[in-house]
Parts: sequence; structure tokens; C-alpha cells
Amino acid sequence: MRCRKCKAQASIELRRHHAAFCKPHYLEFFDRQVERAIRRHKMFVPDDRILVGVSGGKDSLTLWDYLLRHDYQPTGLHIHLGIGDYSDNSYQRTLAFAQQRDAPLITVDLAQSYGMAVPELSNALRRVPCSGCGLSKRYILNKEAYDRDFTVVAMGHNLDDEAATLLGNVLHWEVGSLARQSPALPANGDKLIKRVKPLYTVTEREVAANAILRGIDYVEEECPNSVGARSILYKNSLDQIEAQSPGSKHGFMSTFLDRIRPLMEESQEDFDLRDCRLCGQSTTGEICAFCRMWQQAREKAAQPKRQPSRRRQTKTPA
Amino acid sequence: MKVIIRNPKRRELELQGSRRVDTLIKELDLNPEQVLVIRDDDLLTRDLWIKDHETVEIVTAISGGT
Repeated sequence: MRCRKCKAQASIELRRHHAAFCKPHYLEFFDRQVERAIRRHKMFVPDDRILVGVSGGKDSLTLWDYLLRHDYQPTGLHIHLGIGDYSDNSYQRTLAFAQQRDAPLITVDLAQSYGMAVPELSNALRRVPCSGCGLSKRYILNKEAYDRDFTVVAMGHNLDDEAATLLGNVLHWEVGSLARQSPALPANGDKLIKRVKPLYTVTEREVAANAILRGIDYVEEECPNSVGARSILYKNSLDQIEAQSPGSKHGFMSTFLDRIRPLMEESQEDFDLRDCRLCGQSTTGEICAFCRMWQQAREKAAQPKRQPSRRRQTKTPA
Repeated sequence: MKVIIRNPKRRELELQGSRRVDTLIKELDLNPEQVLVIRDDDLLTRDLWIKDHETVEIVTAISGGT
């Protein structure tokens, strides 16, 4: 297979683009896709102060690398979730990446800052770990951005992440979530910082290829809590379709954004935002979802653990 | 050939004979939309042949939880 641009031996084939590229031309192509997404949605300009959510995986490190190479002003924010070796490895990769490039990095340790790591939080709430983990990550990213005067929060969600979320939202007709699903959510009030996803047009495989070819040392290990996750089921289902019909994921996503989401957005009522009584961050209720969750977790963790009930042994009369 | 599957769980396989990249992916029951095949730090397209004495690594790109 030959590179579309220079006819040298190709490194990667992109069936959805009817193209193959050698290493230098693939890296050029990848950067162009990201640049196009940034410009199309006016995500940020070089003067913006960008806070990048960095897990240590291929997506977030690829995004951070792109921003550093293109003279933006990104600072990484890593949240140490306390999920055993997985979190330690993720932190080590993130730290090594930052040190090699002399890039600013902020680290928030969930257990140190809020009193519990993800496993304890999940145990206290008696809920699957992913719900508390996702909410905590979104909240902390926004709060740190607000507290430290960042103008935009950037996340490494790729086309597969976004298409899987879209499929999940459609399967359950989550109209509110559909109306909010966007690669660029504008700031809302002064406390909800603008949130963007510059990798939303490139697939997970394309991001991995970029990371490997650029020598980015990322965590390949999966979060142990993601085993059996719905998002993986949706991604596998979409990739089965993609293998038979290249371009389906992109079509699914772009048609939604161009034609369907604007209709849903119009139908949404405006919510009045106010300050959370506990933390001061923006919310629609009296207490924000993050504070409610942590309040519940602390209350439940403080309760004495129930002893397993013993069956009373009664002697039956002979 | 030696095939190192790097993730989600690392494992190594020894396969007899040369074969094309797409044949290998099919044999391993992997989705070509989700994997990359690496030989000597370069990626291989599906039409290339892997010789019997060579080592390749396979990386799965899909990850869960966002």
C-alpha cells in the first residue's frame, strides 16, 4: 500500500478516508484534522489559558502534545484517582511526559483533597465506581480551571468516545444529554468554564497511531473498573458496523451535530444557575451534584457497618 | 512468527509460517478498526507480509470510561 501523498510505503490505511499515509504524511494529516476541529468550533486561540485534563492515556497525552507543539499555552491537570497500580502508572506516565517537555502540570489527589479515593467512594456510595469517578473528574477540572483563571478546559475525547456516548444517549433517548453533547460547550456564567474536545473527529485507532509514531509513552493498561463498561459495548458495536461500512461513525456523529442537535438545543429550557450552598460552584439546585454525592459518601462511610445477620437457632421439639 | 499482544492483557503467541497482516488479524478474531500492528517501531498496513522469523506487536486502541 502506498502513501497518497508521496507514494512511499504506507504506515497506516484509513479506510474511511479512502487513503493510506506514510509516517510523516500521516502525522501531518492527523494534525490537520485536529486543527480543523479547533478552528471550526472556535475552541480557543493562542492567547487562551488552556487546562488539559490528562489521565496518562493516549488521548490526553496526544492532545497535550499537539497543544505544546502548536504554541498554545496548555497546563496539564492530572487527577490521582487512587485506583491501585493503574492510577500510580497513569501518574508516572503523566509526570514523565511533563518533565520531558518542561510542561506545567497540576496534580489533584482525590483521597488527599476530598477524603476518599475512587474505590472507597464507590464502597461508601454502594454504586459502581464509574459514576462517582466521572462526576468527580468533571467537577475538579472545572473548579481548578475557575480557581486558577484558565479560560478553557480541553479534554481528549475522540470520535469513538463521542459516537459511543451518542449511541448510549439515543438508545435511552436522553434528550437533555443529547442537547448538551457538543465538541465545544461555551462558558455559562462566570463559573462554568468553556469545555472543548479537539480530538472529536479522529478515531481511537488514529489517536493511538499518532501516539505510537510520535513516541508518546502512554498507559496501555485499562482502568480495572472499565471491564464490562457500557461504553466498550457501544464502541465494539459501532466498530462492527465501521468494519463493514467505513465512515459510519463519523457520519453518525457529524449528522447529529449538524442537523439533529440544533433542533434539540432549541427545545431545551434555560436553567437558572446559582451558587452551590456548600462549594460556591454553579448549579441548578441548592447543592451541586458533586457536593451531594460527597456528603452522602461521608455520611454512609461514618455509619457503623452492619453485622451480617445470624439466623437464630431454634430447637424444634422432638 | 512471534506475536506479542500488548493489551488489554499482555500475551505472546508463536505461529507457524508467514502470513499477511489482515490474515493474522482475522485469525486472532480482532476487529481491524480497533488494532494496530507494529514491527520494528513502524506500523504495518493490512497488505504486508510478516515472515516466519519476525516478531510483531499488536496494540488494541479501544478503551473504556471517559
